[in-house]
Amino acid sequence: MGNARDRVGRGNAWATMPGLLYLSLLVLAPLLVIVVYSFLSRAKLGVGVKWEFSTQAYADLFFSESLSGVRGFDPTYLQIILNSFWFALVTLIVTLVLAVPIALWIATRPPRWRTLLIFLVTIPFWTSLLIRTYAFLIILNDNGPINSTLVGSGFIDQALPLLYTPFATVMGLVYAFLPFMILPIYASAERFDFRLAEAAYDLGAAKITVLRRIVLPSIRPGIIAGALLVFIPALGSFLAPELLGGGKTTMIANVIASQFGASRNWPFGAALSVMLLVITLLVLLFLAHLARRTNKSGLESNMEALI
Amino acid sequence: MSKAPNALEVRNVTRIFPTPEGTEVRALDDVSLDIIEGSFTVLLGPSGCGKTTLLRCIAGLESPDHGEIFLRGVRIDEQPVWQRRVNTVFQSYALFPHMTVEENIAFGLQMDKVDKATIKAKVSETLSMVHLDGLEKRRPAQLSGGQQQRVALARALAKQPDVLLLDEPLSALDLKLRRGMQLELKRLQRETNITFVLVTHDQEEAMAMGDTVAVFDSGRIAQIGEPRDVYVAPATRFVADFIGEANVLACDPEGRNIEGLGAVPPEWIVNTSTAAKYAAVRPEAMRFTKDDTGAGTITDVTFIGGDVNVTVDLGGQPLRARVAQLNEIPFRIGERVSVSCEPGSIRLLES
Repeated sequence: MGNARDRVGRGNAWATMPGLLYLSLLVLAPLLVIVVYSFLSRAKLGVGVKWEFSTQAYADLFFSESLSGVRGFDPTYLQIILNSFWFALVTLIVTLVLAVPIALWIATRPPRWRTLLIFLVTIPFWTSLLIRTYAFLIILNDNGPINSTLVGSGFIDQALPLLYTPFATVMGLVYAFLPFMILPIYASAERFDFRLAEAAYDLGAAKITVLRRIVLPSIRPGIIAGALLVFIPALGSFLAPELLGGGKTTMIANVIASQFGASRNWPFGAALSVMLLVITLLVLLFLAHLARRTNKSGLESNMEALI
Repeated sequence: MSKAPNALEVRNVTRIFPTPEGTEVRALDDVSLDIIEGSFTVLLGPSGCGKTTLLRCIAGLESPDHGEIFLRGVRIDEQPVWQRRVNTVFQSYALFPHMTVEENIAFGLQMDKVDKATIKAKVSETLSMVHLDGLEKRRPAQLSGGQQQRVALARALAKQPDVLLLDEPLSALDLKLRRGMQLELKRLQRETNITFVLVTHDQEEAMAMGDTVAVFDSGRIAQIGEPRDVYVAPATRFVADFIGEANVLACDPEGRNIEGLGAVPPEWIVNTSTAAKYAAVRPEAMRFTKDDTGAGTITDVTFIGGDVNVTVDLGGQPLRARVAQLNEIPFRIGERVSVSCEPGSIRLLES
């Protein structure tokens, strides 16, 4: 290889400095603050922290003191984390099921149409998620278009309780994250050589088999990327459960917010944040492992082709 | 001996494609074709002549707008692709990149619900048939172009189709490899006795490989026959031009007066006609003699190995000729010659 560093087309390492500086100041530093705060004590009035080392916040994650003063195992927060996990998982599955056919359909349109359709997928990004989530308040309302149509047409007598339910939360989450699933899957599907599907048909495979054995494995990198982009933000999502779930379907981000707000327990909020971060990292590692397994074969063969 | 049965019968197949301009193109225009069981048939023609469309109609990847296709007597043009007992070797090979060689070949057999032990045996059998033993665990990206081609062949052959379709299978290979694969394909066809239908735009390849050659011209079959017959007796101007080289010259309906050559002795002409439009003569049938009062002027001389290509201007009409270098007097550009043809070398064409 020789003097690889001087080869044309290789970037200068110094060019990465502004980005690295930005990231370390604005991402790593706040993270560090959170971790430090989680090991401090609660301030007297609840705002800020008292600079005194304590693991109380972490203990509070799993244990609570009953009225009689006995400390016992309390699964409340564990339950909320599981709940968040469950919501994120349902969101992941629903967006995946919806996105794969959409992405494949777009990828099989003539190139001119593809650009337009992908542009349409990105239209929701033009408006703030907050406003779009508020719009769902109107749609799912007892007097909203869904209920008034159903009642008006005589299908049902009473308005369906759509708003402030887990259903509303999932609906809001799916709506918010669907484009993040479609785009990476489309990116993979667009590169898919549909002649491979023809070859599979030719060899006697019916449609479902072609999808399962040829198309899905080929767009796996896109599915994994989409899963990452949906699952992780969904796990920490705040708006949909807050506005559409009506506080009844609590997810971990809402609890964290309340610890820094109403409950005034910053160390505990910080500890919850650290926990969410750890879980997120674990999920990330798992998905990265899956992705590596996908790429390995391709990577290896590229290496061998070079040799 | 009774006539061999037809493996494939194509009846009046028409396939129309819309163009972006809003007009229509008849990729196949009322094409009928019989392909004999166990034969090696080549569909030959320039790109866009409909040969690949016909192949795709037979495979089921394209459906004809009109017409019928029969495979061993059973109508298949309305069957879905996956039910037809034909398999295709694709021009792009279309090997599944996420599967090993072994898995690629096994795929088609798994679709037939063949048991594992049989699949394993069949995979190694077909792999050794195409001389790829030991490469079972490789992935397509780890193979050379020639090897990928063989895997594509093995994958289609493993299913023992009634008819094997080959869509320009050799076009991506370099010349030397292509020559080798031509012989290889002929051998495989003989050994397996499967009916092969190969599409190519390379007339030399068609001549070398086919028992029967069907020449396509804008959606129709211009001529079908044994390679030698098609070469010696082209039916139309298009075929004469496309198969090998030919000087195609306008002439009167009886062929008594040919452009450039003028009135030629009747013994030069091999056939008779009362509706001839063109006269075709192969370059190798042209003869010259040095003649300062001759009608022709040599305008170009190109050495191509053993032979020499000579272009002669005959009263404004350029004529191509091929002469054996050693036997002829070396001609020079600008020299005047008189031109003649071998007896029976001029063929009158009616279209």
